[in-house]
Amino acid sequence: MKITFSKKQKRTIIRILISAALLLAVSFIPLSGIPKLLAFLIPYLIIGWDVLYSAGRNIIRGKVFDENFLMGLATIGALVIGQYPEAVFVMLFYKTGELFEDVAVARSRQSIADLMSIAPDTANILKGDEILTVSPDEVPIGSTILIRAGDRVPLDGVVIDGTSELDTSALTGESIPREVSAGDSVISGCINLSGVLRVKTEKTFGDSAVSRILELVENAAAKKAKAENFISVFARYYTPAVVFAALAAAFIPPLFFNGVWEEWIFRALIFLVVSCPCALVISIPLGFFGGIGAASRHGILIKGGNYLEALAKADTFVFDKTGTITTGTFSVVSADEKALYYAAHAGVESTHPLSVSIREKFGYVDRNRVKNIKEFGGRGISAEVDGHHVLSGNAKLMNENGISFEPSQSDSTTVYVSVDGNYIGCVILEDTVKPEAKQAFTELRSIGIRKTVMLTGDREESAKRVADAVGVSEFRFDLLPQDKVSAVEELLKEKHGALVFVGDGINDAPVLARADIGVSMGALGSDAAIEAADIVLMDDSLTRLPEAIRIAKKTRRIVIQNIVFALGIKFGVIILALFGLANMWEAIFADVGVAVIAILNSMRMLRV
Amino acid sequence: MKKSYKLENLCCAHCAANMEHSIKKINGVESAAVVFMTQKLILEADEENFPAILEEVKKAIRKVEPDCKLIEP
Repeated sequence: MKITFSKKQKRTIIRILISAALLLAVSFIPLSGIPKLLAFLIPYLIIGWDVLYSAGRNIIRGKVFDENFLMGLATIGALVIGQYPEAVFVMLFYKTGELFEDVAVARSRQSIADLMSIAPDTANILKGDEILTVSPDEVPIGSTILIRAGDRVPLDGVVIDGTSELDTSALTGESIPREVSAGDSVISGCINLSGVLRVKTEKTFGDSAVSRILELVENAAAKKAKAENFISVFARYYTPAVVFAALAAAFIPPLFFNGVWEEWIFRALIFLVVSCPCALVISIPLGFFGGIGAASRHGILIKGGNYLEALAKADTFVFDKTGTITTGTFSVVSADEKALYYAAHAGVESTHPLSVSIREKFGYVDRNRVKNIKEFGGRGISAEVDGHHVLSGNAKLMNENGISFEPSQSDSTTVYVSVDGNYIGCVILEDTVKPEAKQAFTELRSIGIRKTVMLTGDREESAKRVADAVGVSEFRFDLLPQDKVSAVEELLKEKHGALVFVGDGINDAPVLARADIGVSMGALGSDAAIEAADIVLMDDSLTRLPEAIRIAKKTRRIVIQNIVFALGIKFGVIILALFGLANMWEAIFADVGVAVIAILNSMRMLRV
Repeated sequence: MKKSYKLENLCCAHCAANMEHSIKKINGVESAAVVFMTQKLILEADEENFPAILEEVKKAIRKVEPDCKLIEP
């Protein structure tokens, strides 16, 4: 860990050292009375003049409950009742604690900034043979840019020439490089590892992935968690309350109950020292900030501390099937040879996932053999292949055309094929389950997710096949998009903790919005998905989910530890002081020591 | 209208919370967040009166922390 100090911090360090040395020296000089006070005032003022100055300035402005005022009052009070070394020590430790806070905050900021240093500085535009180096925000859509090995991809676009490997780890947390060649889209922020790429830009810099991600993380801190709001409200009342308690302790017992003035004033000063809420006010946001930072390092963008907080309480996970649990592409599991031939040709122009998968299985398809292609949505395709009339589609298409066929016994999606009115065979396809899905569900269960539900528009059989393969605890099938919203609403009623909906962000914006926490996966390319979701997974691996929960739980643990620890110590010292059992050292520990420990505790989040 | 500003010399987390509290009370401010960690103010306010509201915001900031300055982009 490298720490660099700013000028102001260096000056403070020097002041602390000088003041500490003088305090030590003064303690050994046998003085008494006014000379002793004057001697101790030297180290006191060296370390504390700015605290007193700020306190004075704030009193004029009518702000009495700030920490400078409290520290000033406590130390001056200590000087008045003759506790000279204590007064200097309180000031010394206060300044040391403040310095420490400063360094810790600067370090956390730096580590988030490093994390976010994915923004490219320049782009190389190709104009004819000329290469112009410009700032990325000056590149219009549709320009051709050149990306050399080692460069960061400056804008989102499509590769038109060249092959290379991209390091996407800064964006997705995925360490295996991604291979790209002509036709593939590339996302800004990745690093080009090997070859030279020519890329046609498809977005402006402001709309590119990198800008959107930076904006999202920057704004995340603005959506504060309940714990953060609680602490700032608490601090608003805590400090005045303790100050009034101090006043009461200083005056009431001596005036009405024959208390000893010095003793009670001393106890009141202890109150003042522990009345500063810094430890909490800084360590709680720091914990959430660190948690959001840690998550984004793992390719998980969390849009606010409130979502991170809610995620720790999640107990129900609802998944969309296609594109979330499954890859959204189909693979042919069995096919009659002739059926595959005709299905592939009839579907030569179709972009339907089934057609794409059938063509992929078949291989090269000769476009010239096909004429008169007609697509029937939700049923299939008719076309003329090699002069024969071909129908390729589901049972509905066959029935409508009066073709008798053998209904498939399989649970899977079946494409039936007929040639010139005669059924010739079928192609059976399955939706591919993501390879990591099973492991992700096992992990989710092991970290305490009570219920996992899969929602799908598929038929029962194929839904069950996927559900069994990955091990979800429940599934609902035959759902239309609007049914998914009502399914989620139903589940919301019976949950105990928070309900998380995970989708691919296309078509499921209403469900994302309805859930306590909406997660969209692999959403790097889609604006709508980023907009609608509360948490965005930058790649589409399901194992990011248990990872996100672990980070959320760790953040929550740290935040609770800090609240309990800081308040426990502070109230403990206040009570001890009330009975005359606490001394100034304990008060200093309850203030500065607790702040330092709480901050160190929060900084653990930065290393996740 | 939502805008984000950098705050210079925002040096205490407690002050940031107080600042947020008093900015939220200004007439016309729909939402405000002062983020100590990123030293930023994210302000959402009435579009028509935005300049006037911004002046009020600056005043509120000065009152809580005299050295703190709002940087307009």
